[in-house]
Amino acid sequence: MLEKALSGSRAYWSWIFALLLVIGGGVACWFWQFNEGLTITGLSRDVVWGFYIAQFTFLVGVAASAVMVVLPYYLHDYKAFGKMTILGEFLAIPAVIMCMTFIFVDMGMPNRIVNVFLYPTTHSMMFWDTVALGGYLVLNIIISHWTLSSERREEPPPKWLKPIILLSIPWAVSIHTVTAFLYAGLSARPFWMTAVLAPRFLASAFAAGPAILLLLAFFVRRISTFDPGKQAIDTLAKIVTYAMTVNVFFVLMELFTALYSDIPEHVLHFQFLFMGLEGENTLAPWMWASSILAIVALIILINPKTRGNYGWLKFGCVAVVASLWIDKGLGMVIAGFVPNPLGKVVHYWPTAPELMISFAIYAVGALILTGLYKIALEVRGQLKTN
Amino acid sequence: MYDASKIVAGLAVFVVLATSPLWYNALSAASPEAPELQKPTNGSTECVEATDYMRANHMDLLDQWRDTVVRDDIRTYTSKAGKDYTMSLSDTCLDCHPKKEQFCDACHTYSAVTPYCWDCHVIPEEGQ
Amino acid sequence: MKSSRRGFLKFAGLSAVGVAGSTAVATRTKASEEHEPPVTEGKRLALVVDLRKFSKDDALLDKITAACHDAHNVPDFADDPKNEVKWIWTEDFETAFHEQEFHYIREDLKGKATLLLCNHCGNPPCTRVCPTQATWKRASDGVVMMDWHRCIGCRYCVVACPYGSRSFNWKDPRKAPNLAKIENTFPTRMRGVVEKCTFCDERLARGQQPACVEACDNGEMVFGDLNDPESEIRQQLADHLTIRRKPGLGTQPEVYYIVEDPRTLQEVAPAAEVFEEEGGHA
Repeated sequence: MLEKALSGSRAYWSWIFALLLVIGGGVACWFWQFNEGLTITGLSRDVVWGFYIAQFTFLVGVAASAVMVVLPYYLHDYKAFGKMTILGEFLAIPAVIMCMTFIFVDMGMPNRIVNVFLYPTTHSMMFWDTVALGGYLVLNIIISHWTLSSERREEPPPKWLKPIILLSIPWAVSIHTVTAFLYAGLSARPFWMTAVLAPRFLASAFAAGPAILLLLAFFVRRISTFDPGKQAIDTLAKIVTYAMTVNVFFVLMELFTALYSDIPEHVLHFQFLFMGLEGENTLAPWMWASSILAIVALIILINPKTRGNYGWLKFGCVAVVASLWIDKGLGMVIAGFVPNPLGKVVHYWPTAPELMISFAIYAVGALILTGLYKIALEVRGQLKTN
Repeated sequence: MYDASKIVAGLAVFVVLATSPLWYNALSAASPEAPELQKPTNGSTECVEATDYMRANHMDLLDQWRDTVVRDDIRTYTSKAGKDYTMSLSDTCLDCHPKKEQFCDACHTYSAVTPYCWDCHVIPEEGQ
Repeated sequence: MKSSRRGFLKFAGLSAVGVAGSTAVATRTKASEEHEPPVTEGKRLALVVDLRKFSKDDALLDKITAACHDAHNVPDFADDPKNEVKWIWTEDFETAFHEQEFHYIREDLKGKATLLLCNHCGNPPCTRVCPTQATWKRASDGVVMMDWHRCIGCRYCVVACPYGSRSFNWKDPRKAPNLAKIENTFPTRMRGVVEKCTFCDERLARGQQPACVEACDNGEMVFGDLNDPESEIRQQLADHLTIRRKPGLGTQPEVYYIVEDPRTLQEVAPAAEVFEEEGGHA
């Protein structure tokens, strides 16, 4: 089936070529980073994790969100999602690969990354995160391959696939839980030391991921004869709505415990994010934008009239993704480090090479996603011939 | 076979490229000399272990020394001959073989091996 | 579908219990010998910093930090703070103990230069998070060690340290001006690994005191084994009021700071005063 990704229209190849250009630029920057060291990023002694790790955190959520279509279809026989599950799995695979790549480029000694497997350390959450992500990638590859090839042969998928699919459901939850555990057990970082971090991660994942999936489904609908169906779209929109509502609720819970208790080591990080500290306020406009986008998204999504109007729905999904990307991909990680353990306010902003490498990794994900979706659509014979 | 001429031509190009190190070296004018290692300058006549053993196993020995010193805090090595040595690349090995270029690099350059010991470990008396 | 849903829910429930249980067990179990040090076996090395004996005398503080950084070829990126690497340094007292939220403070402690370094915690969060055991707490003497051959540079330990004791090599340390020529054979580290104070483990192996302690003139820093009731450090802790940084986090930091009033100093007065009285002899 892979050969189906190697033939396409002019538009298809132009898109692939553009992605390859971006990837090439990023690879060149990465070689520079490998030789010079991570000094070419904006990271410093106090802010040791930044844009790369924040993207990883956001994308783990996107990867986990495939479960939001898999669970209803395989566990509850929700037939409407039948055609969507492959799109969800084919979103999860590039998302996990991007996660792994973002971690790889963040390593000081990437050539030693095998040490994580040579010297497994069961008390380190990073070890378990590696296991969880690797396992999830393998699961999704197996599941998507066998379901799609069975569909191509117009046969039901093999019986042994069912338990594997069911395993992917708690596994999806676990990949984002263990990623939250990376942050949530550190006494050094009071901003992340909250029991609600893992639930918040999951809620934002189950909002952002399905929102991206919906936007992709609308796009695929435009360029092919594939139509997820009104019921699938409406249900997925409801899932995004509920998940986003729960996520905003969790954020408000965090704000309450921090601000009502008035404990400096909790308050200061929120203050840094929304108002700035000692003149360091680069993130403030972003955080307010994220909050406004979240409210706008909820207004559009909760109201059934706008949620049912596909133009409004797409806008709502974009607002959800933008809001949550800012929250996880910018705010959450950086704010853990400001102020630093000695109470000092420090500055961080990604540099151009850091952003170039990050764009390239997103391009790699887009490339894999394009290829996989092309295969799926070809198998279903639904690609519109120009 | 479809496109037989193209496939055979492609295969031929591949075989030529893949075996290029072999025929390039065979056809080169000068044959490279075997590396000559500088003998110890401080009068010492025996190494930590026998020369043949060191030639084959010095990398494993150094790895063993590395882990034993850093992770186990044991710094004395007893050789097969029963002699004690301090396990240190810079202080023991380089004590008898001080010139890295004439000792370590002689074989390493010849066999295109680039261990990165010297990115961290310091060569005494030369500063870097 | 009904029966497999039931079966699945049973399976999920059991797995959830199993995962939660095994995670709890795994975090408590010794994955490696080196993670949880036994309290009574071997030594428990610690440091006492007598703040009464440090005046505003920058020279001594510079001497102490230089002794460490020179002995270990720590790069000095003074003109490039983003890439700063430091094993021991000073902050003023209010910053070093900022969790105390001082508003009013005894006069002598105001702005007092306080030496900060790795606390070699009894319950270190940094060793708990390292995915490769490139950092671990030695069972024999409690030193929180670094293995620069194994470190993958993920910086998780830096994130986990509540004291900011760890530095990452953002670039090749040998590019620092002070390392253009290296005088000793202590290895530098390379770009991409995390480093910190190791209580001079190479000097401990030779029966010596850490370099910072040796650089002191007058018992400003006392180093020793807390498991030895006869040791000088135990005497110091028994005789004086000490505080530690962020003890409430459960890290059991092993660097203690004597914060008594300097007027309690019965023995030799700080070097500056002696210098004045005796006209040049310290």
